[in-house]
Amino acid sequence: MSTPAHPVSLFALYRLCFVVGLFSFGGGLTAWFHREVVQVRGWMTDDEFFSGYSLAQILPGVNSTNMAVYVGQHLRGAIGSTTALIGLLSAPFVIVIAAAAVYHHLVALPGFAAIMGGVAAAAVGMLFRLGMTSARGAHRHIPSLLVLIATFIAIGIMQWPLLPVLLVLAPLSIAASWPRKADAKTTDEKSPPETSGDA
Amino acid sequence: MRDDPLVQLIIVIAPLSLLAIGGASAIYAPLQQQTVDVHQWVSGREFLELFAVARVTPGPGSMLTTLIGWKVAGLLGALVATLALYIPCSVLCFGVARTWNRYRGTKWHTAIQNGLRPIGAGLMIAGGVMLLRIEDSGWLGWAVAFAVTAFMTWRATTHPMLLLAIGAAIFLAVRAVS
Repeated sequence: MSTPAHPVSLFALYRLCFVVGLFSFGGGLTAWFHREVVQVRGWMTDDEFFSGYSLAQILPGVNSTNMAVYVGQHLRGAIGSTTALIGLLSAPFVIVIAAAAVYHHLVALPGFAAIMGGVAAAAVGMLFRLGMTSARGAHRHIPSLLVLIATFIAIGIMQWPLLPVLLVLAPLSIAASWPRKADAKTTDEKSPPETSGDA
Repeated sequence: MRDDPLVQLIIVIAPLSLLAIGGASAIYAPLQQQTVDVHQWVSGREFLELFAVARVTPGPGSMLTTLIGWKVAGLLGALVATLALYIPCSVLCFGVARTWNRYRGTKWHTAIQNGLRPIGAGLMIAGGVMLLRIEDSGWLGWAVAFAVTAFMTWRATTHPMLLLAIGAAIFLAVRAVS
């Protein structure tokens, strides 16, 4: 297991989720979450984060809250999941109601739509960059590269529903990634050690 | 008790939580049907306005359900609607995450983790494309998104807040001159 040596404080977890929730315009702030959780704080490894991301996408529900639940569970169990979920939703809960109350004034503000559009586009750019990080290594494993491209085309371009696409691609991709005796060792070497959590 | 608006909110919204496969966009159609046509909590026009509010404010777009709860029964309604939407899927996700982390290191765990990773990466990029399509900002949206991607490749440590501000500034500048 690779949970950090000293447990992450619930307050730190709440604060991080609160800030990410506060700035998650347009829905694309997974990249910020990744930066804080993996790169800045060292709470998780890349492997742990991206496998959680896959689960959060595949399970029913809201992807961003699923991701918060996953990160919270990983760090502190049930109380961690609850803390992360409340942290992520508390600022938007207040803001969305306040905004609905003054909606007609809000849309009349000059530049409001432009600012929101710009923030959302920048968040998408961050998401693309994170997709590249997550795909790193796929080019060395042809089946993974094919699965990545097929997923993107099926969902992003053809806009097919997720469930049938997953039912076809996930078993194929998992079978292709089954550790063979020869490379079982290399996959082991890649994942666990860098998670000391002392960073 | 079935006539209590709070209970009605739970009955309508909680099942949607587990129906939202592939993200919250899957729930908008059934939500509209239930809240506008069946229960007539909001008019079709109000539904679209609330949808727009949920999109331009921070947080998941699915907080539209929070606003519908607010319309039905005030702050308490908003709270109940929010919990009804986020608790069922969160409990499921928690259970799966716990099981998942418990079996770390086994062969099948490694296979699933490595097998799902390219799917997650493909979904991430597809999600970005879909967001740009929904935002409907035209070439400017694509240009800003790709510029941010390139910038982060060059300067990986840039703070996200700065990138978001730069995106907003570029949009403001371009919209001002055009």
